[in-house]
Amino acid sequence: MRPRLPFLLIGLAVAAIHLALPQVERFSSPKAVEAGAGFSMQSTGNGKATLYIIGPGQVLKRDVQLGESTTFSPGSLCYAGRYLAVLAGESFTESRSFDVAPASKPATLSFIAKPSRLPVGLHDGITGAVYVFDSYHNLITTPMPVTFELSTASGTAQKRTAASSDGAAWTSMDSTARQGIDKFVAHVGEIYSARIVAQVPGDPCGLKMSARQIGERVQLITDPVRDCNGNAVPDGTVVTFTARYGGKQSTIDEPLKHGVAEVITQIHSGTTLSVASGVVMGNQIGWDK
Amino acid sequence: MTGLRPLIILFAGFAATVDSMAAQVPVREEPVHFQGTRPLEEESKAAAIRDYLQAWKSFHAALEQNRPELLDSDFVGTAKDRLADTIQQQGKVGIRTQYQDRSHDLRILFSSPNGLSIELTDKVEYDVQVIGHDKVLTTQRESARYLVVLTPAEVRWKVRVFQSVPE
Repeated sequence: MRPRLPFLLIGLAVAAIHLALPQVERFSSPKAVEAGAGFSMQSTGNGKATLYIIGPGQVLKRDVQLGESTTFSPGSLCYAGRYLAVLAGESFTESRSFDVAPASKPATLSFIAKPSRLPVGLHDGITGAVYVFDSYHNLITTPMPVTFELSTASGTAQKRTAASSDGAAWTSMDSTARQGIDKFVAHVGEIYSARIVAQVPGDPCGLKMSARQIGERVQLITDPVRDCNGNAVPDGTVVTFTARYGGKQSTIDEPLKHGVAEVITQIHSGTTLSVASGVVMGNQIGWDK
Repeated sequence: MTGLRPLIILFAGFAATVDSMAAQVPVREEPVHFQGTRPLEEESKAAAIRDYLQAWKSFHAALEQNRPELLDSDFVGTAKDRLADTIQQQGKVGIRTQYQDRSHDLRILFSSPNGLSIELTDKVEYDVQVIGHDKVLTTQRESARYLVVLTPAEVRWKVRVFQSVPE
């Protein structure tokens, strides 16, 4: 057994030296490159090998002459993400990872604006969210100012700026006081995306009716129905007339026509009349004739 | 990160609903760092995370087998197109890749109006194995931060943006 001990010690020493020596790097790769930018990887040694660039977004393959630099021209690697560079020779394989970062210049916006139609005068009623992409459709994670503008036909009504975070920015805005078609635009630098937001009148406000005798019957007619901002409530909106007499109740639903609702009906003296539209109550009249 | 590992817990809200392989991957969910336009309901959050973890399974299988159709149920838009192109490129150069997730550290970042998109970040640890002509070329452990945008489809959330970003 004794003669084997020196060989064992020599073997352990060789192994220790091998472990202690720095591993020779067969190639170098950048730690990070910008999407679409050109870059190169320098290899060492002699002979031929194959260089793979492998990521979830892209795969490239190059035949490499060891000892030379392999150049990837601009536009070769466009999609942001973590990539593996694998150099495979006849007797070795070496790999290391690097990042492809999104390009810094924004090129497209994904703009989600909701709702596309809403009543006027609604606080924080309109929301807009933006994702900012570069020209390769990578989400740009560097914070950048996003400007939101909601403009009416007569000019800009509201403007807000928000910084994007992890590629996203959002805002909320009030719907304006006037009905109409508004333009909702998101800007990042010179890039913009627009959406149309239709603002429609709100609920009726100050609903009022009058009653007058027409022969044997009574005409109930509202004043022109408007919302609280003075916008005409659209035709078709249902107005409910209610009559209470002798413990009984009857109702008539009538849509607005030309801005008013009107019914002609028989009514007993002593009837209490009221008018409503949805949850909005109007005035009340005691019919006593 | 190593010190935090004992604290990694399975997110009980959805662990039961994902199948066995995904459930074995440790998932940590950080408190919501929310900057969205509306509060995100627990059900939506759990569904988005469940569907995202399922997407990792599809991603793993599709790139391992070079079968782009395996992406259909979980990816959409740019993310799906890119992964499908990658699979085609893998086939062309004669390789396959295995992306095996080891742990996820998730945080919901953003929810857009009317729930039309959810953005989350995932500090994911995974192994990448590159196989060329049935020979393993390399296996490497990676740790990366992914940004993910999910959008709703008929019955599930699908991954629309799937992008790792430099830390």
